[in-house]
This record gives sequence, structure tokens and C-alpha cells, in this order.
Amino acid sequence: MNELLSGFIEAGRLIVSLDADLAEITLRSLHVTLTAVFFASAIGLPVGGLLAVTRFRWRRHVIAVVNALMGLPPVVVGLVVYILFSRAGPFGVLGLLFTPTAMIIAQIIIVTPLVVSISHQAIRELWAEYHDLLISMNASKRQRIATLIYDGRRALLTASLAGFGRAIGEVGAIMIVGGNIDHATRVLTTAIALETSKGNFPLALGLGFVLIGLAVGVNFAIHNILRTERASLW
Amino acid sequence: MVESIFPLALRNASVKRKGKVLVGPIDLELGSNAATAIIGPNGAGKTSLLRLMHGLERCDSGSVQWAIPDEEARKRQSFVFQTPIIMRRTVLECIAYPLAIRGAGKGASRNLAAEWGERVGLKDVLRDQAAVLSGGEKQKLALARALVTAPEVLFLDEPCANLDGRATREIEGILSDAVSAGTRIVMATHDMGQARRISNEVLFLYKGRLHEIERTELFFPSPRTSEAAAFLRGDILE
Repeated sequence: MNELLSGFIEAGRLIVSLDADLAEITLRSLHVTLTAVFFASAIGLPVGGLLAVTRFRWRRHVIAVVNALMGLPPVVVGLVVYILFSRAGPFGVLGLLFTPTAMIIAQIIIVTPLVVSISHQAIRELWAEYHDLLISMNASKRQRIATLIYDGRRALLTASLAGFGRAIGEVGAIMIVGGNIDHATRVLTTAIALETSKGNFPLALGLGFVLIGLAVGVNFAIHNILRTERASLW
Repeated sequence: MVESIFPLALRNASVKRKGKVLVGPIDLELGSNAATAIIGPNGAGKTSLLRLMHGLERCDSGSVQWAIPDEEARKRQSFVFQTPIIMRRTVLECIAYPLAIRGAGKGASRNLAAEWGERVGLKDVLRDQAAVLSGGEKQKLALARALVTAPEVLFLDEPCANLDGRATREIEGILSDAVSAGTRIVMATHDMGQARRISNEVLFLYKGRLHEIERTELFFPSPRTSEAAAFLRGDILE
């Protein structure tokens, strides 16, 4: 119990004192995660829409595979990205290993199946509702998907926020491809892992509470910006 | 001059689901007559026939052919469903939606949508979310959305089902205006009074088959088939 209390106090101290290191790794965490979620959503939402409105031979298998990929082990993703971007790997020439860009790429791979799967589910339900109307209006496939994404935007927010939730707390992959380098690739989760391994539990817990606060804050801000859960809005 | 999409010809057309015939085989030719009412008991195939004509159902046999290529014909018709499909947008955005689909500019779409919203009596709720409208208002919205593209033919599936007398009268007023403006109406209805008021041609369907096609003023006083006569008397048809 004392350690938890110490963690709370440490979190408060870090925030009140505007700790420079904390600010740096928090901003980097946000940068890496939000960028990854942005690209994962840009890829995942249309793919989810396409899976919902298109019938093709292996559709059920593709959906099953995407659903399975939601449970992709981050450490394995990190390892694969590491090999691809290591000096001997096919993309080694880009020199991206141990940079935030590599961390973003790993997180995009982890988050995209989650966004595809949840958005597919949400869009499929809306498509069942809109099907006759959009067919009747002669909407093209692209128009149908765009309409479903726009009208389902608040439900799809859940997909992106679920992606954000997975990415902001992820440590395995970004530790491998980022290397947890101070002032370069250190983020909140890797900093927590480091402090824990050093036995500095109050600081690790403090960073953990900051991380939780950050996740809650971002969700709260996005809900407010998009005006969800208000009267007569979805 | 723009070529008319009529006549619409159904040749031996039928729709089946899970092996059961929903409608057909039907041979029918619809001209540019003003308004047709499709009547018949539940399960007669009224909705299936409407959907078949509009292209929402595919023929399992036979053909449905407009006078112009199908793709062009689809752009010149609209459909109003029995239960209005309400998009998760404001009333104005819902009415403007078909125009946006057709590539109309945003400003022009909104102006025309606002004009139609006003015309159907939704002026005061244009900025509201469509989902909060009453049943009658939703049906008016569906009508405005269907008419905003100035369709050559408007299909309606029980447009006034579950509406009270006042809302029905308002909807019928909008339909009469549309007919006057040159829109051809094909409507499935259970309301014989409505069929008399709006249509000038009646199709009587029974068990998926077209039993009678007649001018409205002749059909109601003297139906030619025993099934139609029984239906109009209010007998329960097996």
C-alpha cells in the first residue's frame, strides 16, 4: 500500500514540478501513439467498410484472420519490424531502427487489425440499416463506404480509441524497435519498465499514473471535441 | 428532348426466395400514366413487385426492362420505404444527400434541400437530427429526399402506414403536387381510400400473381375477378 501511495505522491510531484524529462517522454508517447492511431485509422476504417459492403469469395476467411490478428503479440511484431529495419534487413538502408518512426510502424501493425475488426462490426450493422436506401439511390461502392464511415463516425471513434488504448500501453514492440534510448525513443511505458527493473517503484508507479491520466485525458478530449453522448447525437 | 424512361416492361418476371415464389410470373407494361396503386392482401407480393420494378430485387426468371438503359433509368427514379430509412444526419443533410451522391455542389444541394424541406413542412426542424422527428415527419423527410432529385418515377411502399389522418392527408398532398409536377407514381397501399384518391390505375395482386389491371374509376365499382371483388368487400382471402 505504501508503494502505491508513494507512486501517487511521485506522480503529483512530477506533474506539479513540470519535470522536463516527464514532459519529454509524455509528448513522445503522445506523438508515437497518436501518429500510429491516425495511420491505423486511415487504413483500418476504409478496409473495415470495404469488408462490410463487399462480398467476395474468401471474405469470411479474411474477417476471421483480421479478428485473429487483433491478438497479435507485440513482441513478435517488434521482432519482425526489428529484422526488417535492421542493417541487414530489406529496409535497413532507411536507417529507421531505434527511431520513433520505427516505433510508429510497429504500432501501426499492432493497431490496424483492431481498427479494421471493430470498424467492420460497426459498419456492418449500419450497412444492414442503410442497404436498401443506398442501393436505391445508386450510390457507388466508394460513396457507400464514405457514407457509412461518416454516419457511423461516432461508433467508429470507438475503434480508433480502442486502437489508442492498445498503443498507448504497448511496451514490447517499441522496446525492441525503439531501444528505450534516453532523449530519443524513451516513452512512458518503456520508462516504467526501466524504472521497475531498477527497483525504483515510486517513480515507476508515478509514471504509470501519469500514463493512465494521459489515456483518460485523451479519450475525454476526443469525446468532447466530437460531442458524443449528447442529446440527439450519436 | 430527354427520352422518357417509359414504358416499363415486365416479361414473365418473377422473384423467388428460398424456393418460394414471392411474386410472378408477371407480364405487365407501365406507361407514363400519372399514378398506379398496387393493392392486394398481405403476402400478395406488392412490396416484392415494387422492389423488382425499382431494381432492388433481381428477377429469378423473365426480365424487367425500361425504355432506356438500366443504369440511366436508375438515376431517374426514387423509392420511399414503408419504414423510412433515416440517416444519422440533420434533416437538411438527409434531404440533400441524393444530390451529393449525384455530384451536385454543396451550396446548391443545401438550397434545394431547404426548399424541399420547407415544401413538405419541415422548415422548423431542418437543423435537427432526423432521428428525433415524429413518424409523420420522418415520412415527409423520406418524400422530400425522394423528390429532391425530380425523379421521373417515384415508387412508394405503403407511404402512410401507421400514420394518422392528418399526416396521411399531408403526405397525399405532397404526392398530388408531385404528380402535378410530372412525377409518375407507383404505390403499394392497403388503404383503398388512398388508392381511390391518388391513383388513376390499379393493379390487383393476389398470391404473387397480377389478377387485374384496370382504371381506378372502373376497378372499384366493378372489379372483374372474383378475388378482387372479395378483397374489396373485405372478405378474408386465403
